Amino acid sequence: MSQDIAKKFSSRSSGVILKQITKIYPSHDDSCDVTAVNHIDLEIQDGELMTLLGPSGCGKTTTLRMISGFETPSGGEIFIGDRPVANIPPNKRDIAMVFQSYALFPHLTIYENVAYGLKIHRMPKSEIQDRTVKVMELMQLNGMENRYPNQLSGGQQQRVALARAIIIEPKVLLFDEPLSNLDAKLREHMRDELRSIQKRLGITSLYVTHDQSEAMAISDKVVIMKNGDIMQYGSPQEIYEFPVNRFVANFIGKANFIPCIYRGIEGEQAMVAIEDATVYRVPHPGAMVGVKKDEECVLAVRPESIQLTSSQGMMQGRVSRATYYGAKIEYEVMHNELPVIVEVHNPQLSQRFSEGDTVFMSFDDVCVSVLRADS
Amino acid sequence: MSRQRAKGKNANIRMLLNQPVLLLCIVLIFAALFIFILLPLFNVFKLGFSNDAGGFSLDALFKMVSNASYRITFFNSIKLGLLVAVISTFIGYLFAFAMTRTEMPGKRFFRLIATLPIISPPFVLSLSLIFLFGRLGLITNQLLNIENFDVYGLRSLVVVQSISFFPVAYMTLTGILDSIDDSVEDAAYNMGASRWHIFRTVTLPLSFPGIASALLLVFIQSLEDFSNPAVIAGGYSTLAVEAYRVITGMNDMRGGCILAIILLMPTLIAFTIQKFWIAKKSFVTVTGKPTQKRRKLYEPHIIWPLFAICALISGVVILLYGTVLVGGFVKTWGVNYSFTLDHFKYVFSLGWTPLKNSVTLAAISAPLAGMLGMLIAFLTVRQKFPGKRLMEFSSMLTFAVPGTVLGIGYIYSFNSRPLLLTGTAFILVVAFTFRNMPVGIEAGTSTLMQIDPSIEEASTILGATSGHTFRRITLPLLRQAFFSGLVYSFVRAMTAVSSVIFLISPRWNLATTRVFSLFEVSQYSDAAAYIFVMIFIILIAIGLITLLVDLLFKPKHLKTIKTSTPLKRRENGI
Repeated sequence: MSQDIAKKFSSRSSGVILKQITKIYPSHDDSCDVTAVNHIDLEIQDGELMTLLGPSGCGKTTTLRMISGFETPSGGEIFIGDRPVANIPPNKRDIAMVFQSYALFPHLTIYENVAYGLKIHRMPKSEIQDRTVKVMELMQLNGMENRYPNQLSGGQQQRVALARAIIIEPKVLLFDEPLSNLDAKLREHMRDELRSIQKRLGITSLYVTHDQSEAMAISDKVVIMKNGDIMQYGSPQEIYEFPVNRFVANFIGKANFIPCIYRGIEGEQAMVAIEDATVYRVPHPGAMVGVKKDEECVLAVRPESIQLTSSQGMMQGRVSRATYYGAKIEYEVMHNELPVIVEVHNPQLSQRFSEGDTVFMSFDDVCVSVLRADS
Repeated sequence: MSRQRAKGKNANIRMLLNQPVLLLCIVLIFAALFIFILLPLFNVFKLGFSNDAGGFSLDALFKMVSNASYRITFFNSIKLGLLVAVISTFIGYLFAFAMTRTEMPGKRFFRLIATLPIISPPFVLSLSLIFLFGRLGLITNQLLNIENFDVYGLRSLVVVQSISFFPVAYMTLTGILDSIDDSVEDAAYNMGASRWHIFRTVTLPLSFPGIASALLLVFIQSLEDFSNPAVIAGGYSTLAVEAYRVITGMNDMRGGCILAIILLMPTLIAFTIQKFWIAKKSFVTVTGKPTQKRRKLYEPHIIWPLFAICALISGVVILLYGTVLVGGFVKTWGVNYSFTLDHFKYVFSLGWTPLKNSVTLAAISAPLAGMLGMLIAFLTVRQKFPGKRLMEFSSMLTFAVPGTVLGIGYIYSFNSRPLLLTGTAFILVVAFTFRNMPVGIEAGTSTLMQIDPSIEEASTILGATSGHTFRRITLPLLRQAFFSGLVYSFVRAMTAVSSVIFLISPRWNLATTRVFSLFEVSQYSDAAAYIFVMIFIILIAIGLITLLVDLLFKPKHLKTIKTSTPLKRRENGI
């Protein structure tokens, strides 16, 4: 059953292209307009799930709403498939959306909610019934046809919202922070479920979130945004392992930034001088955008890529805080007035330190990258 | 940047062009608002500030202002308005506080009493005062044997208007008091403040915006009031009545217009202050977070004095309404108190046509006003289009425009081709519709503001047009607001006097104007019977509207549930 649904979907879904999209909100007193989205280019491949990730106010929701048609771009072009949609109102764009608040129709039953989009498209009754039943089965909602949204749990409401969106077999599916109203456990569960349905149906999706772990877990591609600009674009792996700047490194996971001076490249390896001119070799330094020879830069080191010992290492420090989480211990080590965060996983297997202890740190060299100092 | 902005605006218009139904709706509403609200008002000004040759002139204004008696009339109106505003707001606050903050017994009953003046026809209270304190009054003449007690004048007006309009204050203040999170009061109590101290330092200051609103709204109502001053003011002239007298008695249309403009100014100013200044100062925050119900004030030394005051006022209201009820069943009040049904026979024979007209026109205009109200609320809250603010403002304007002013504008604007409407039922329906629309708009707007817009966006993105979304999603969600709009419009249409007194014709006479003419020939008992029948009809109509709105928009909760097996919830709550 779900296979023929999947086939239908992948034949209908199509890619999305944004060209130089801009959104400027005029201020009320003419003084300074607010640029919410600043000339961004983006391409979502057919069948792919792309996430827009960034802190609040970065322009991710505005971008999503411009694709949906609820916001009008101040400049640039949007294509859904190969059709430019600038003059097409939201209801003619052939896309569906899952809202943060679910936005279920409170006065309609679950069945009526799910079937709503089909009714609008004036489908014959028998087909509406057929498809609604199928989709509700797919979303494990059978048996709830005659209930009302307020009689459902949060997770069920989320499913209804998704069922209502996919039933119209949209070209693109938009998610506006759909999981932010669920508690942590349920959020993870729904996240995996959502991803598996999206994959099975092969439906082009754009997903907006501010939760980096959600973005990592769910996406084919992640776009990191800040102040209306795209900071980085790539697979979750690329972004985590090779962040292009400090913002990205810090936004996705945690990162320590160790100041150093760039001394040039030797083969694949970047040479940097730390503190007292000790030269340190970085095997995979990344793109090193804007890093200039003999100028200051930083080493980006993830907390889990630092080893702590009591005897020897490349940097010495003193433990100023140790927080026990169970699965890991997080240490804050003061090194030359600079706090360095270190995570030790599976703490039962390794030596423990307490506040005030002197420790030595060494890096897992392959996980270190080199970034511009002020990026 | 400004070019970017212009581009954005153009994009809005382009979007609109792709939704022809929506566009048509907006254009039609603008046209209607222009013809039936702005044009008549403009014409009042035009005629007021012109001379016989049709040119601009301030002669009429100077003539009216230099006339001492009109100056007195102006200050009379203002004085009355201020007195009534203060008294009504005071009573309204006591009521609202007692209903929202205490565990006083009999609250249901008091609430009922407080709504009675809102749904009752005009003239009731004035008639009652005449019955009780008039020349042949039961109390003054029969019980106390006072010969020349004069019931007519400022004193009676203040009593009558205060009772008529305290419900307005009560409703406004209930809304405000209800929405002040009572945890702030609990916080003060927790810190050791006494109940009185809390009231003085927390509750009262937080309700100041509400008090100011209530004062202004009552002030507007008092100034607009035509029916009470028309029958019980005696020599105490007020603007609304004087404008009518000048036009009908002295045939001086221009003078009437000037008085109308003078009347319009204070109401318009009060309305603007209320709408744009005080409404923004409100401390109300809707968090959507359900808070636990707390224990309300229960201390005997607080609730019993409040109870006594509420009971006293309720007693007065009941006495006044009861008097009219009895008055409809006696032969000649003050002379012969024997039981008779003659007055009701009169209502159902000679008086039947105006009554039928009133009901018919109210029944036609109420759904129109209700729908239009919801539509305008929807458009102004949810859609983007040029001129949105103008639509918002002009549609709410009639709330601040006294009926007399609108009536004058209507006869002057619609007595010649191409808009020859005077004498028709159409002009009455239009007057009712546009005059009674604002309450629906208000209710609709505030409801919509609390409904997550993404619910409607969800409908749109699934392919629904604006019209479809409005019908299937917005309107059902606005059920309560639509209902209040309907009821209010119907009641106001049934009870309107000032706006229609110029617009009725021999063919289209109305119940209220018939009551007015009964007053003029002192057939008080017939008037009482008439009023009684009107109250009866209004109550039935409210019942019917409730039923109808439920039938049309209530979710079908009673649909058969196919699956009988209770749903097994998995551990994680999915």
